[in-house]
Amino acid sequence: MPKLADWTTGVEAILYQSCASCGKPQYFRRGFCASCGATGLAEKRASGKGTVYATSVVMRAATPETRAHVPYNIVLVDTEEGFRMMAHGANDLAIGDRVSARFAEFAGRLVPYFEKVN
Amino acid sequence: MSYITGVGLTSYGRHEGLTSLDLMSKAAELAIADAGLKRAEIDGILCGYSTVSPHIMLATVFAEHFGIRPAYAHAVQVGGATGLAMTMLAHQLVEAGVVKHVLVVGGENRLTGQSRDASILALAQVGHPDYEVPLGPTIPAYYGLVASRYMHEYGVTEADLAEFAVLMRSHALTHPGAQFREPITAADVLASKPVASPLKLLDCCPVSDGGAAFIVSREPTHAARVKVRGCAQAHTHQHVTAAPALSELGAEISIAKAREAAGLAISDVRYAAVYDSFTITLAMLLEDLGLAKRGEAAARVRAGYFGRTGEMPLNTHGGLLSYGHCGVGGAMAHLVETHLQMTGRAGNRQVRDASVALLHGDGGVLSSHVSMFLERV
Repeated sequence: MPKLADWTTGVEAILYQSCASCGKPQYFRRGFCASCGATGLAEKRASGKGTVYATSVVMRAATPETRAHVPYNIVLVDTEEGFRMMAHGANDLAIGDRVSARFAEFAGRLVPYFEKVN
Repeated sequence: MSYITGVGLTSYGRHEGLTSLDLMSKAAELAIADAGLKRAEIDGILCGYSTVSPHIMLATVFAEHFGIRPAYAHAVQVGGATGLAMTMLAHQLVEAGVVKHVLVVGGENRLTGQSRDASILALAQVGHPDYEVPLGPTIPAYYGLVASRYMHEYGVTEADLAEFAVLMRSHALTHPGAQFREPITAADVLASKPVASPLKLLDCCPVSDGGAAFIVSREPTHAARVKVRGCAQAHTHQHVTAAPALSELGAEISIAKAREAAGLAISDVRYAAVYDSFTITLAMLLEDLGLAKRGEAAARVRAGYFGRTGEMPLNTHGGLLSYGHCGVGGAMAHLVETHLQMTGRAGNRQVRDASVALLHGDGGVLSSHVSMFLERV
């Protein structure tokens, strides 16, 4: 099975792994399930829908490339598929907002960017 | 049994022209002298790391530089929890009879040895290299995320957080070695430059140069004996994305285990030394440790509970927020101050009773925790 690609390598997708043994979804890709140790995880594409868990708008960035984007909102999103991910989001997002992902350019990279949905 | 037999601390702030090894050496010399020992009596060395001068064998580099040939030496890396993690290991090493006197040392020219941007960038690398770091987060942003959620769940406000910065500054005013010694008000904190919401400049600890050291010994070397009564760790995650829910925090796990190891309750504690990289860190940890109820730590600050003359004096040197933060040495200053308080040597900062102290360190983004009880015996 060819490996799927996601935003971390410049492809417009959010991927996660799903464990056939214990059912846990995991976001950080690895060769086994961090919950139960089982191998042979299924790679799936996430819907990009979720709920904002936490937010922090960065006003002081550390590199010239990221400084050009200030202010930018770092968010943690609890996805519909049951895993948590870090991404960018609209600056006015609040905890509990229902959100959907698109992709945006940030410091020469592609990053997931969440916006509020009604 | 193990005892903290000597402590050493430099001032924090700018130490132009001094290297990490210089600052470690200064602190080590002070600690060895304080313990009444000679260099040759030190048979174990534990040191932290330096982001300015990274090395794969820093303890050996330091031992050679300082002129010691120890029977046991290596570096320890647990971020902000490194100082207490080294103390816990030193305690176990002397208890196990491996060595007699362990020098625990940390020091770094983090302020003058590199640009502030370089420091922020180096520290942001505690984030996940593929799934977090490309998003441009900073350490304040990681803690900003934590703060936003904690404030949401427990109704804590930015004005509440400001109280912790004001408290630490009020303590630093009385310590000649503190980096910041101008008084501030809650209004100053709220009006300071936004860094990563909800955190503003005065919610964040500074970057400093400095060094700290102490000696952990099998037998006391002085009449004033400070014993390690019990300690424990908990490591729940590395990355904030993978952090557990607020109901399963590492600090709660480590303090429960440390209480058991020490056979002590929070009600026995007379002095607290708690990690305070950001105001939110201190607010959360005080509540996780049981030194205040959920959402009520700020009210206790306002009531004077954590002041020098309060019921639970806290970080009387000014903490990371105002004494300063030079990396590994940063939180080691908390232990140095605790020792001075416990041995009645804190001068104008002396508290009434520091017979039992609780120390807590945190590394990463509330990732790694070390809780420790010290007792004057």
